[in-house]
Amino acid sequence: MSINRLTVSMSPHDHGKDSVKKIMYGVVIAMIPALLVSIYYFGFDAIRVNLIAIASCVFFEWAIQKFILKGKTSVVDGSAIVTGMLLAFNVPSNLPWWIIIIGSLVAIGIAKMTFGGLGNNPFNPALVGRVFMLISFPVEMTSWPKVSVLNFAMTDAQTGATPLAIIKEGVKNGESLSSIMDSLPTSYTDMFLGNMGGSLGEISAAALILGGLFMLFRKIITWHIPVSILGTVAIFTGILYGIDPSKYAHPLFHLLTGGLLLGAIFMATDMVTSPMSKMGMIIFGVGIGAITVLIRVWGVYPEGVSFAILIMNAFVPLINKGFKPSRFGEKIKKQ
Amino acid sequence: MLKTFPKGGVHPKENKFSAGKPIESIELPKQVYIPVAQHLGAPSEPVVAKGDTVKTGQLIAKSTGFVSANIHSSVSGKVLKIDKVLDTSGYKQNCIVIDVEGDEWIETIDRSTEIKNNTEITAEEIRKKVAENGIVGLGGATFPTQVKLSIPAGKTCKYLIINAVECEPYLTSDHQLMMEKGEEILIGAKLFQKAVGADRVIVGIENNKPDAINHMTELSKKFDNIEVNPLKVKYPQGGEKQLIKSVTKREVPSGGLPIDVGCVVQNVGTAFAVYEAVIKNKPLFERVVTVTGKSVKNPSNIRARIGTPINMLIEAAGGLPEDTGKIVNGGPMMGKAVSSDKIPVTKGTSGVLIFPESIADRVETFACIRCGRCASVCPMGLEPFLLKNMTAAKMYEELQKERALDCMECGSCVYTCPAGVPLLDFIRLGKANLNKILRAKKS
Repeated sequence: MSINRLTVSMSPHDHGKDSVKKIMYGVVIAMIPALLVSIYYFGFDAIRVNLIAIASCVFFEWAIQKFILKGKTSVVDGSAIVTGMLLAFNVPSNLPWWIIIIGSLVAIGIAKMTFGGLGNNPFNPALVGRVFMLISFPVEMTSWPKVSVLNFAMTDAQTGATPLAIIKEGVKNGESLSSIMDSLPTSYTDMFLGNMGGSLGEISAAALILGGLFMLFRKIITWHIPVSILGTVAIFTGILYGIDPSKYAHPLFHLLTGGLLLGAIFMATDMVTSPMSKMGMIIFGVGIGAITVLIRVWGVYPEGVSFAILIMNAFVPLINKGFKPSRFGEKIKKQ
Repeated sequence: MLKTFPKGGVHPKENKFSAGKPIESIELPKQVYIPVAQHLGAPSEPVVAKGDTVKTGQLIAKSTGFVSANIHSSVSGKVLKIDKVLDTSGYKQNCIVIDVEGDEWIETIDRSTEIKNNTEITAEEIRKKVAENGIVGLGGATFPTQVKLSIPAGKTCKYLIINAVECEPYLTSDHQLMMEKGEEILIGAKLFQKAVGADRVIVGIENNKPDAINHMTELSKKFDNIEVNPLKVKYPQGGEKQLIKSVTKREVPSGGLPIDVGCVVQNVGTAFAVYEAVIKNKPLFERVVTVTGKSVKNPSNIRARIGTPINMLIEAAGGLPEDTGKIVNGGPMMGKAVSSDKIPVTKGTSGVLIFPESIADRVETFACIRCGRCASVCPMGLEPFLLKNMTAAKMYEELQKERALDCMECGSCVYTCPAGVPLLDFIRLGKANLNKILRAKKS
C-alpha cells in the first residue's frame, strides 16, 4: 500500500466514543417516561405542546445559524430538541400555540444563540423561556388543566390550581395547614405517580426519577446536583415542619410537588450552566434548594425552582473559580 | 478491595491481542539506523567513523553529560555513514548507519542462558555498569537509569517500585517479559534495591494480568522483601506518581520527584535490562516490542535490535494491513504517530501499533458543553478545559498558577471529551510556551 496515506497526529490516538449527540439524545430518552405520563394525563394536548415547542426551538436555532450567524448548522447535536422538550415540560398543557412559539424564540434566540450557541449560554435556555412566559402571560401560564386519565377528546378541560398554589393561598388566608391538606384532592401516592395539576412534564415523580436513574446509569449526570438540591429542600422544610407543622408543609409534600424533581434532575443538571467540580456542584445544589424553599414558603410565587436555578446559574462562574478540584500533590503530607 | 489511585482515570478498551504470544526474534536487518538521541537528555556523541568495523554490543556513541546515555551497536558490521535519518520525532536526526555483516558479539558479554545472581556487588558498581551499558527507562520515557539510581544527598529511599502495570491498551511486551524472564526481572529489582538502598521492593501489576501476578508472586518467594501488589485496572496507573499513590498512598508533591516521598520507580523492562547489564555485561541494544493492531494478521511480541526499521517488525507480524491509516510508536494513549514505516526501533519503542484507516482520524470537534468530564478524569486534579482556554488566550502566568506543568500528557481528558476538543494539543503548546518564559526569566 502507499505509505503516503499515514495520518500523523498527537496522542491520544483513542477516543472514548462518547459524544455531544449521544448525551443529548440520552437526555431525550430519559424524558420519555415523563412524556408518556403527561400524555396519559393530558391527552393530545401534551403531544401538541411538545411538538410545537420542539419544532419551533429547532427551527429558530436553524434559522438563526443560517441567516444571522451564517455558520455551520448545529441543530444535529440535539440540544435544541432537549431545550424544546424541557420548555414543553415546564408549561401547562393548554397553553396557546403562539405563546409556546414566543417562549421558544426567547429560549433559543435570547438565552442560547445570543451568547454564541451551545456551550456558551450562562442561563438554562428552557428556564429563561419559561420565566419570560410566566412574567408576560401570568394567567395562561398558571391555568393548570385538571388531570383526566386518557382524555383524548379535544374539549376544553377544567382548570384548577396546583397543590403548592392551594397551600400558599390557604396559608395566606389564615387556614391551618392540616385542614388544607385534608381538603387537598391529591394523596402522596397521586403526587408520586403524577395524578395532580401542574406543568405537563413535572407531575410524575416516578417517571422523573426513572429518567434520572437512566441518566445516572449512562453517566450523563452525576448524583451531586440532584441529591444536594433534594437533600437541602428536605432538610430545610423538615426543620420548618418540626418548628410548626400547622404552618409549614411536610418535606415529602415539598419534594413531590411543583417542578422540584424536574428541576433537580433535568434542569439544574444541564452541563453548560452548572459548575464543573463536584464540590461546586454541591454548593450549586444547596443554593438551589435553599432559594426554592425561601420562595415557596415566604415569596410571592407558590413555586420557586425556576428562579432558584436561574439565580444559581448566575453564580456558576464564581463557583467555578472558587471551588476547584483538589490537585494531586497539593497537600504535602508528612510521611 | 484492590489498590488503585483515587483521583481521575479512564478505562479504555484493552485490546491486548498479542497477550500470551511468546517473545520471538526476527532475522537481522541488512542495515540498522541507530539514532544518537534516543533517550531523554543530551544526545550522545559518536565514537565511530565511516568505515569502522563494529561488533554487536560495542560502544558507538558515548554519553555527553549526567543526563545522557551510552549507545552501543546492535549488530556487527561496518559503519556506512553518520547521517540524518527520519526518526519517531518526525524530524531527521543524526543516526549511525551500519551495514550488517554476520552477528559477532563483543567477548565480554555472557551469552549463556543460565540465570545467575551476584549479591556481592556494591551499589557503586551497579550504577557504573548501568551507566556503561546505556540503560534507560524502557517504559517509554527513556530517562537515563543511572540518574534515577543516584539518590540526592539528604534523601532516603524506602520503596523501590517495579512498574509492571502496562496500563496502555494493546501493549503486552512487559506482560510477556514477566512470563518469560520473571526471575531475571526480580534479580534486576534486587540490584535496583541495592543501588538505591530501599527497604522494600514492590511489584505493581494490574489485575488484567492474573497469570503474571501469580507467576511473579510465586517467584518472589525466592527473594527477601519483594512483594507483588495486584492493582485495579485504571489508566494511567503506569504513571509514576499514580503508581506510587496506588501502592504506598504517598503523594509526590507538585513539581517534586518520587524520591521526595522515599520512592524510586523502575519499569519491568528496565529491571530486565539491568539484570543483563550487571550480571551478563550486556549493553542495551535490543528490546521487546509489541507489534499489534486491529487488522494486524499476527500480533506479536518481538525482540528487536535497536535501529531495526519498524517495517521489518511489521513484516514479521504478518505484513502491513491493506487498510492501514496510522502507525503509532508506543501505545494508543501516549504513543507517537510516525510518518513513515521505515523509522528505526529505539530504546523507547515499546510497541508498534497499527490503526486501520477507519479509526486513524480524530473524532469531529463540537462546541465544549462544559460537562466537566475532562476535570473529573484528570489524574492530576487539573482543569483541562481551563488550561486550554488560557493557552488560547496566552494567559501564561495564570497557566502556571493552574499548575499546567503538572500535566503529564496522559490524554485522559481528550479520551473522555464528548465534544472531541483537542485539549491536550493546547495544553502542550501552553506548557511549551510557559517553559520558554520560565527559562528566559531564569537566565
